[in-house]
Amino acid sequence: MYKLTLLSLLIALPFGLVQAQTPAEKGLAIATEIDDRDQGWQDQTSNMQMILTNRQGQSSTRKIRLSSLEVPGDGDKSISIFDEPADVKGTAFLSHTHAVKPDDQWLYLPALKRVKRISSSNKSGPFMGSEFAYEDIASQEVAKYTYKYLGEEEIDGRKMFINELYPQYKKSGYTRQVAWVDQERYVLLKVEFYDRKNTLLKTLNFVDYNQYLDKYWRPDEMHMVNHQTGKSSKLIWSDYTFQNGLSDSDFERSILQRLR
Amino acid sequence: MIVPKVISLLALLVYPITAFPEFSYRGNAGLELKYFTADPIVADQTGNTISASIEPEFYWSFNDADSLVFTPFLRADSADDSRSHGDIRELLWLHVGEGWELRSGIGKVFWGVTESIHLVDIVNQTDLVENLDQEDKLGQPMFWLSVPKDWGTLDLFALPYFRERTFPGIEGRFRTIPVVDKSLTTYESVDEESHLDWAVRWSHYVGSLDFGISAFDGTSRDPQFIPKMSDGGQIVLAPHYPQIRQYSVDIQSVLDAWLLKLEYIHRDFDSADSYNAAVGGFEYTFGSIFDRRADLGVIMEYLYDSRDENGGPFQDDLFAGIRIAFNDTQSTELLTGIIGDLHNGARLFTLEAARRLGDRWTMKLEARAFSSIPDDDPLSSQREDDYVQFSLEYFF
Repeated sequence: MYKLTLLSLLIALPFGLVQAQTPAEKGLAIATEIDDRDQGWQDQTSNMQMILTNRQGQSSTRKIRLSSLEVPGDGDKSISIFDEPADVKGTAFLSHTHAVKPDDQWLYLPALKRVKRISSSNKSGPFMGSEFAYEDIASQEVAKYTYKYLGEEEIDGRKMFINELYPQYKKSGYTRQVAWVDQERYVLLKVEFYDRKNTLLKTLNFVDYNQYLDKYWRPDEMHMVNHQTGKSSKLIWSDYTFQNGLSDSDFERSILQRLR
Repeated sequence: MIVPKVISLLALLVYPITAFPEFSYRGNAGLELKYFTADPIVADQTGNTISASIEPEFYWSFNDADSLVFTPFLRADSADDSRSHGDIRELLWLHVGEGWELRSGIGKVFWGVTESIHLVDIVNQTDLVENLDQEDKLGQPMFWLSVPKDWGTLDLFALPYFRERTFPGIEGRFRTIPVVDKSLTTYESVDEESHLDWAVRWSHYVGSLDFGISAFDGTSRDPQFIPKMSDGGQIVLAPHYPQIRQYSVDIQSVLDAWLLKLEYIHRDFDSADSYNAAVGGFEYTFGSIFDRRADLGVIMEYLYDSRDENGGPFQDDLFAGIRIAFNDTQSTELLTGIIGDLHNGARLFTLEAARRLGDRWTMKLEARAFSSIPDDDPLSSQREDDYVQFSLEYFF
């Protein structure tokens, strides 16, 4: 009898909590669940192709190799090595991200052999001339936003939470983001970005998720459309690897000048 | 029979590493056109020039610990024979050990943080014929041990051979008057260019502060100039390279959109007065301008040197500049600025702009203008050398 009560309590607890939550609490709970389910990957590497398309349909391509390190309790560390376009080949970007305080960022310029500390304050600037802003591709930490749960919706037979995000870090280009979260896998499927005037600026769609290590969902592609300029950018990911045994020393400033 | 012996020796050397090194390359080739707005001061000097250069970089990785990089450089110039030159920018073998890295061969190192001049940067000699801005460097023979630790990175350099600075020839612009004659070069050390130089550097960062503390003992990269009579009976300037000890600090801090920068050096000579020099200032970036995409940076640096005007052009000067990154698909960038001598009023304007064309080409525009240069200023022999340069680079 006692066991039954405890069991039913455990089962009932999450539902009970959800009902008692305010929209802000429920929004935060969804973001926390997304974060919790993505813990423990330790480190990951991948190749990224970025295709920029202008209003006339002309496109150009960038190729970047990425590696990142999970840092429990803080933002992740990451290194991006550029392979294309050819004039930036060998350029490397190191970022130690933080939840709320400014990220530490260094750029390595191979022609000058110069490691340059750069300011991370301009989060709304375009990444590599694309429609992705630096803040769109930065490590997404729960504490970077406050939240408001807006409701549910079904898209292509999948049940979604709709969650609104309000950036809490300085100099964001957005007043808010509206995110569609898959209820089963707790991954993002779509995000709408509203600019400082609160008009719709961009829509990001996540395409073809695959599960790695039976746990971590990663999209094959991310499509960003800028509604105000008609330009779009597509990120195509490949060759994901996890738990390669990378450590803090692989993400130190001193590593930049020997990366290839 | 010597050749097969060498080959078998090479094979022996290479064999233990691996039979199949991983190979890659990158590089660029460029064509530049330079237009001078005024006639030269001396009739020997030429007018507009066309020049071509190539700098491929070959890379072999033998295993996780060993790699070799080879970067030759070649330039041909229509006007100045001294500017038609070649160099080995890098021929460097890297071995990565447990907690240490050793680089042996010919390499390039950059130290420093400021934009207007690079006081602290001392390991490599300036390839002055490449560009007045002194940012092009000659390959330096070196053994470079680097030890990354929790408390920062310690770099130790043994530099067994000295590279002489390159200078424009008799037909070249941007030269001193009288011309520098490298055949009359002298050294303070009896070892001349074979003097073994040493350098050590500790660099680290704490929060948003990056810093480096360095020391150098050996042949100065900056020559003194001694007027002499050349073999042809002309007055020329003979470079003389003294022995120095230099101690330096470079600091950079990020505060929101501010970058704060400082470089300081103290230089001791065996046979001259020591001096101090410093450059410090800031770069502030306004983000999201011009349709919210571009960044505009405002740069200001103050340049100080304790020597008099004979010691160099920047005793009491102010640099003010603007950098614009358009953040467009073509990565269009622009940097323009002025260095002004607060003491004698001499001014130097510079403009650099670049834009990518397609995926593999970049076009660049560069211009410099000298203004109000007094006769006794070190830049006075370049006062008629205002120019506009257009260049096209192909990257592979």
